[in-house]
Amino acid sequence: MTALVNWLSQIGAITKVGLMSLPQRRGAAASTVIGIAGVVAVLVGVLSIAAGFKAAMTASGSPDAAIVLRSGADSEMVSGLSREQTRLIADAPGVARTAKGPLSSAELFVIINLPKRSTGTDANVPLRGVEDAALLVRDQVKITEGRPFEMGKNEVIVGVGAAREFAGLQVGSTIKVGRYDWPVVGLFSAAGGVAESEIWTDAKVLQAAYNRGDSFQSVYARLESAGKFDAFKDALTTNPQLNVKVSRQSEYYEEHSRTLTTLITTLGVLIAALMAIGAVFGALNTMYSAVAARTREIATLRALGFGRGAVVVSLLLESLLLALVGGALGGGLAYAAFNNFHTSTMNWQSFSQVAFAFRVTPELLVRGVIWATVIGLIGGLLPAIRAARLPIAAALREL
Amino acid sequence: MKYLHLIWSNLTRKKLRTSLTLLSILVAFVLFGFLSAIKQALVGGVAMAGANRLVVRHKVSIIQLLPEAYKARMERIPGVDLVTHQTWFGGIYQDPKNFFMQNPVVPEEFLSMHPELVLAPEQKQAWLTTRTGAIVGRNTADRFHWKIGDKIPIQSSIWARANGSRTWEFDLVGIFDGRAKTDDTTPMFFRYDYFDEERRASFGRGLVGWYTLRVKNPAEAAEVARRVDQEFENSSAETKTEPEGAFVQAWAKQIGNIAFIVATILGAVFFTILLVTGNTMAQAVRERTGELGVLKAIGFTNGQVMGLVLAEACLLTVLGGLTGLGLAWAFIARGDPTGGLLPLFMFLPRDLAVGAGLTLALGVATGFFPARAAMRLRVADALRRM
Repeated sequence: MTALVNWLSQIGAITKVGLMSLPQRRGAAASTVIGIAGVVAVLVGVLSIAAGFKAAMTASGSPDAAIVLRSGADSEMVSGLSREQTRLIADAPGVARTAKGPLSSAELFVIINLPKRSTGTDANVPLRGVEDAALLVRDQVKITEGRPFEMGKNEVIVGVGAAREFAGLQVGSTIKVGRYDWPVVGLFSAAGGVAESEIWTDAKVLQAAYNRGDSFQSVYARLESAGKFDAFKDALTTNPQLNVKVSRQSEYYEEHSRTLTTLITTLGVLIAALMAIGAVFGALNTMYSAVAARTREIATLRALGFGRGAVVVSLLLESLLLALVGGALGGGLAYAAFNNFHTSTMNWQSFSQVAFAFRVTPELLVRGVIWATVIGLIGGLLPAIRAARLPIAAALREL
Repeated sequence: MKYLHLIWSNLTRKKLRTSLTLLSILVAFVLFGFLSAIKQALVGGVAMAGANRLVVRHKVSIIQLLPEAYKARMERIPGVDLVTHQTWFGGIYQDPKNFFMQNPVVPEEFLSMHPELVLAPEQKQAWLTTRTGAIVGRNTADRFHWKIGDKIPIQSSIWARANGSRTWEFDLVGIFDGRAKTDDTTPMFFRYDYFDEERRASFGRGLVGWYTLRVKNPAEAAEVARRVDQEFENSSAETKTEPEGAFVQAWAKQIGNIAFIVATILGAVFFTILLVTGNTMAQAVRERTGELGVLKAIGFTNGQVMGLVLAEACLLTVLGGLTGLGLAWAFIARGDPTGGLLPLFMFLPRDLAVGAGLTLALGVATGFFPARAAMRLRVADALRRM
């Protein structure tokens, strides 16, 4: 017991001396801290793009909501369903119902060009035709400004994300699609989900404007409960009048976000890993020079009877402390610079824009701190071992 | 040059420190290479665009089709030299991950519109005589080990055939190369006449995706674009015409502001490396205060001492930087690491030259303050510290 206390107090003493001498080495120490902060900031910053995109895509889908497409279609864009088919789907077992009828919305999905505010160049903005029940099928959708569109009229409501990213979508303005003018009568939010990037109108009006006859592209349905999904799916896939693909909304959007999320995450980790190698060299440099500058001190302590282990641990602690300061700085920087940074990008599956905000989540910050710790440990270990191995007599002679 | 030996001995005095610094510089420039290649992959299409080519698409959005009959009307517009069209086929070869573009085109006019695609004359002849014939770029042919004579089945998620099937089979009759290294050789092209007869009549027959047209005089391009849009104004399918470069650039911008993101990351990387290297140099100069004093005492001028320190910093960054650029070059030359998502992933000589310039700039930036400190040293002070 006393041996342990003794050992700990040795570590404490050496660490204290090391930390007190930091101001003399402030250049080197600062370069280590900032180097590690750079790594963490880039890591957290890049991954926050992926986290934000994924959050926007998956916020949309609750597990008790289903989406039905033509079999073989991997997105609404290339799907097609007739009016009769959408009725069969609405009447399938498992679909929740209200006094007004089943909670299902047959929808159309097209794209229109609108200039992106940030660049002024055309972007593909999704325009969705929905039925009455659409707002009940997606229960997070709320009108935040103006009013809902009237059925049967050329009126649209705009998601708050779309209104922010693309020009000319405020309440009261008018968009021109083909030969028709469509006044914007309201804005809506959807709990940060992908619907916020869309423009909505009555499906029937959109069918007429696009000469689509009486066809749709997808059916969104709310189920009585998440557990009813399998029964609903089986009923549709075994119905010989239908040839459809049934997915949970959550899985459908998760699938659509996967390619981009994976790409960004891979690139982010790759870039940060390369930078981390550079930062490790920086940390090694600093700690080696710290050891070199304190050769005599360390030798004196060793001559006084301080143990090798205590020397190693206290030098590691010093390096770790610098790394953690760097990690905290980098994480804070990334949070200040990137959290809630609004932008939009192309979702290749639906060929249209998704508005989203970068998200610096607590998990990412923890990840950043773990990286900083690892860099600090690697950067401190080799110099600490060298310090512990110093031949005492030779080191003292350097006096 | 005669001091090279002196500079070199100074660098090799603390081998460990020098090599650690060299390695961090090396890493920074490997990263520079990668980020340049990624940026090129995402925005490189712009450079491929022909100055004399315009793209005509549906005004509402590119997913809306245009009548094929527009071709004849465009050809009559003054200033238009050649008109051809493409349609997005959206096919899948075996697995959705195997992404590459396949579009139906009219062979003769398509090849004449795109002289950057190089196809052997006998392969071109075979394409003109084979209705189900298709040509594919070298990149995709190599990726799937296709050779001429293969039958390629493609599933289309958009286009059903008259018989209800969604599987289209093509005979590979040619493999094209790009004239320049930056030309995209991932797409596949097949014949529009086969496509139009074979697709289901109720869905899109007689409609095409977008037109490319060549103007007689590039200076007139804007005027011709205006004439085209005017021609179809107030029709059921109005058009939007713009130079090919602007069209491609708008696409890149849809992904996001890539140039800005890349620049930000590079900025963070170089700032970090600048600190590490600058710190090393400052330390090296501090340790050698006495020696620098001796050099001055035996007649080295202030300028020479400053030059020595600066040269040492530059030698370090240039050595590490060029090695890093070389490594990046070797890795990137192996091609697209994502397997098809980034066909133009390449490290251009232009970016390499910028990188080489940056190695020197980094040396000057990191060496400047220590060099100035060395220059200002007073001999007496320096010698007293020995």
